[in-house]
Amino acid sequence: MEFVTGLRCRECARPFPAEALHVCDYCFGPLEVAYDYEAVRAAVSRELIGSGPQTIWRYAPLLPVADPSPIDLGAGFTPLVRADRLAAELGLGELWIKNDTVNPTGSFKDRVVSVALTKARQLGFKVAACASTGNLANAVAAHAARAGMVSVVFIPHDLETAKVVTTAVYGGHVVAVEGTYDDVNRLCAELTSDHPSWAFVNVNVRTYYAEGSKTLAFEVAEQLGWRAPDHVVVPVASGSQLTKVAKGFAELHAVGLLDEEPHVRVSGAQAAGCAPVATAFAEGTDAIRPVRPHTVAKSLAIGNPADGWYALQTVRSSGGALAAVTDEEILDGIRLLARTEGIFAETAGGVTIATLAKLAAQGVVRRDERVVAYVTGHGLKTVEALVPSTGATATIAPTLEAFHQAVVVDGDLAGALR
Amino acid sequence: MSASVRIPSQLRTLTGGEALVETEGSTVGEVLKALDAAHPGFADRLFDADGGLRRFVNVFLADEDVRFLQGLATPVAEGQTLSIVPAVAGG
Repeated sequence: MEFVTGLRCRECARPFPAEALHVCDYCFGPLEVAYDYEAVRAAVSRELIGSGPQTIWRYAPLLPVADPSPIDLGAGFTPLVRADRLAAELGLGELWIKNDTVNPTGSFKDRVVSVALTKARQLGFKVAACASTGNLANAVAAHAARAGMVSVVFIPHDLETAKVVTTAVYGGHVVAVEGTYDDVNRLCAELTSDHPSWAFVNVNVRTYYAEGSKTLAFEVAEQLGWRAPDHVVVPVASGSQLTKVAKGFAELHAVGLLDEEPHVRVSGAQAAGCAPVATAFAEGTDAIRPVRPHTVAKSLAIGNPADGWYALQTVRSSGGALAAVTDEEILDGIRLLARTEGIFAETAGGVTIATLAKLAAQGVVRRDERVVAYVTGHGLKTVEALVPSTGATATIAPTLEAFHQAVVVDGDLAGALR
Repeated sequence: MSASVRIPSQLRTLTGGEALVETEGSTVGEVLKALDAAHPGFADRLFDADGGLRRFVNVFLADEDVRFLQGLATPVAEGQTLSIVPAVAGG
């Protein structure tokens, strides 16, 4: 059963049919999926969801497409890991990591793509396309392959090698564009007008695609025993994910799955080399000035974020904060998470952890809060960022003497006395 | 100064379906005003109450975001192309 009543402009509230539309043709505002929440409330229960598949599709009534066999590689229902060792280092209390590195193609983008392409197929599209900083390219190419759709993904030419290979392997078209992500994005926005028969997941079917990120909130609440956290830290690229995480918690309450109205403080993480939203937050303005990105966190390198304004409003109205961290802090963040919790995140995860550390040090994220940090992509995707600084402890001849000379292992008493 | 403007699909109802429109003007603002004069309705869609570009409208001059240039005051050279592109995409 489908509970979508149509689309609605977020700016001027004009209604639109549930088709491949993403902007209001009057004011260019973004379109948002509208649901019949009363009908959802009557149809869902914690038990029903609990007996559903171990994927995002357990929340189907709150997703914008109803399909008994969605295009599904198993995205979602990823571990929520209690992070006591990291909490101790940061001086925090109850800290959890939403480990979204373990999705089928290694990032949260599998969630949004599974939703977008299932809807695109329903609308009759045969070609799946996107503008991507890499993670989305992986997810689109893989899900299109699964569905037997043709894929055409557009990426900036200077992406990490791993992200190019892990896209191309699925056999679709991979077009490297000589420019930044914002150039790629603009090209795709124009191509959408010329190729109306292609489903650009983050352009003409973006309205549906973006809804997939709500599952990041749904899962956390369910995994916490149907309670909302007090504070979440979310990486910000376009700003869509952060906005939808906040929406997800609110929706759970609207349909009766959370007893109490959630008051989740939402904080955003950006890289200093691409921080248009964090800068606007710091300056106290509403105007988000586009920037030219220069950061090791390429998956967050969107200089002109489509949902930046909404992300900023969400952070402000929830009592959260935005912060930006340097490349060095990002790499330290990756190592800190790996060292304390055994989770290897890509650079965007380093941004989240470094921002969490910064906000904890500033007292914005507090020890008395139940905190969730979203780690949304796997470290193997961006391994080259760590190559200069992270490698073998020692390279030795295959002899005991060479080993004992070169390596001292912490906590190894015998070794220390030798 | 003559310039061409690429029209996104959402606004082609105003141009009778045309994707590329020839117009005149020596700045980005003038070109867009001339576009509105030839095809009434554009100004309403592109500009907010203060006369600036709406939040979700991007305009590119020769593939460069005019917000990186001088905004609506950016000079337009003979034969250059402007693109109007909805901002809500990507990510």
